[in-house]
Amino acid sequence: MIRTALLVARKDLLIEARSRVLLWQVLPFGLLSLLLCGLALGPAQAGKSSAAPGLFYLVMLFVTLLMINRSQGVEHAAGTRESVAVLGLDPAGVFLGKTLALTVELWLTGAVIVGGAVLTLHTAFAGTVAALPSIAVALGAMAAAGTMYGALTAGIDGPATLLPVLTLPAFAPLLVAGERSFSSALHGGALWEWWVIMLVALVGYLAIGVLLYGVLEDS
Amino acid sequence: MKLLQRALGPATLVTLLGTFIMGMWVTPKATMLDGGGDLVRMLYVHPAVAWVALYVSFGTTTVASALYLWRRTRSVVMDRIAYCAMEVSALFIFLTLVTGSIWGRPAWGVWWAWDARLTSTAILGVFVLGYLALRRANGDPEARARRSAVFGILIALDIPIIHFAVVWWKTLHQSATVLNSTGNVLVHGSMLWTLLLSFVAFTLLFVWLLRFRYRLEVMRETSQQSRRDVAVAARQREGA
Repeated sequence: MIRTALLVARKDLLIEARSRVLLWQVLPFGLLSLLLCGLALGPAQAGKSSAAPGLFYLVMLFVTLLMINRSQGVEHAAGTRESVAVLGLDPAGVFLGKTLALTVELWLTGAVIVGGAVLTLHTAFAGTVAALPSIAVALGAMAAAGTMYGALTAGIDGPATLLPVLTLPAFAPLLVAGERSFSSALHGGALWEWWVIMLVALVGYLAIGVLLYGVLEDS
Repeated sequence: MKLLQRALGPATLVTLLGTFIMGMWVTPKATMLDGGGDLVRMLYVHPAVAWVALYVSFGTTTVASALYLWRRTRSVVMDRIAYCAMEVSALFIFLTLVTGSIWGRPAWGVWWAWDARLTSTAILGVFVLGYLALRRANGDPEARARRSAVFGILIALDIPIIHFAVVWWKTLHQSATVLNSTGNVLVHGSMLWTLLLSFVAFTLLFVWLLRFRYRLEVMRETSQQSRRDVAVAARQREGA
């Protein structure tokens, strides 16, 4: 299973490295969204806003939706599914591999967006660094959930419109927990309960994905 | 079995009527300052509706979905039960939010609060809409059933969050008064019996609605199949 996971993750990351979709399409979109959020707040508020953690996660939500569609899209190129079926890869390994690749992509994007937040929304640097572990866990959980939901909507009519309907409620507790833990790292406050939500979601989605991803691949 | 099925409708009506009579005329008004007089009578509607929405209907959907995914028990019956229970659940979640809001306005001063219990219940409502959208998005019945079963199990992750929201966070919503961790029931006398009767009444109402919805689904599938057969026969006649 681990070997399959590493193989699939490597394949997905290589596709991203060669196609440069993340670099030339997703990252500019994320940074533009962040700038638009700043413009929506107005020049007087953007620099001293306490909304930066929320805006960061809002932008990451948009980026994640794009990346989930992208991650499932590469599996639907002509013959890919058939090849995977013929190879007899363990579905649990495929799920873990796709989750791992999506996590790495989200971490890279998140690092750039966090940098953008520090520059444009004047988020405190020390607090932002302290929030990085919670951001990493939140994005990992979003990647695990996103891989499941991406597979759920893959191959049906209108996956691009159905995916947000299914994923946004699933992401909501993660976004709230991520935003609160980021805010706590910046301004102080309780952290453990938000960590519990993120870790339970991460473990829960990984467990469900390992058990049920094969069912979705079959369908 | 047939007798039970026949008795289901009358039993539902009798228990609902009993709850109404007990709740309106037998049980007392609240006398404590925070009780809100007649407002306490919402106790015989809102918790029971929420019980059905969160535990009975979702439990039914989750168990039926799991049984569908397990090869030994996989059948179209399980898929239908999961789907129909989810549709009935949508109604009960809506009622939970509405009755909660009606109770919350005089008690808290607002129709809606960004409280952990309320928000997680609203998220569950959106999940249910997503489930219904997923059912309508896919043409192939078997693939649709599998996807729906997986999604039905994924949604169930929200139920523990809703249940423990009042324990994990400081919420406006009160904590459990009957099934609490201390085992100390905080409702007394006629109020407790009426509350328990309301739980029975709304559970029976759920079963009754589920039964009707299931029959409707079977009829819909049969009619769809016969329409398909007619269309195929017409094409064959054209070809002949």
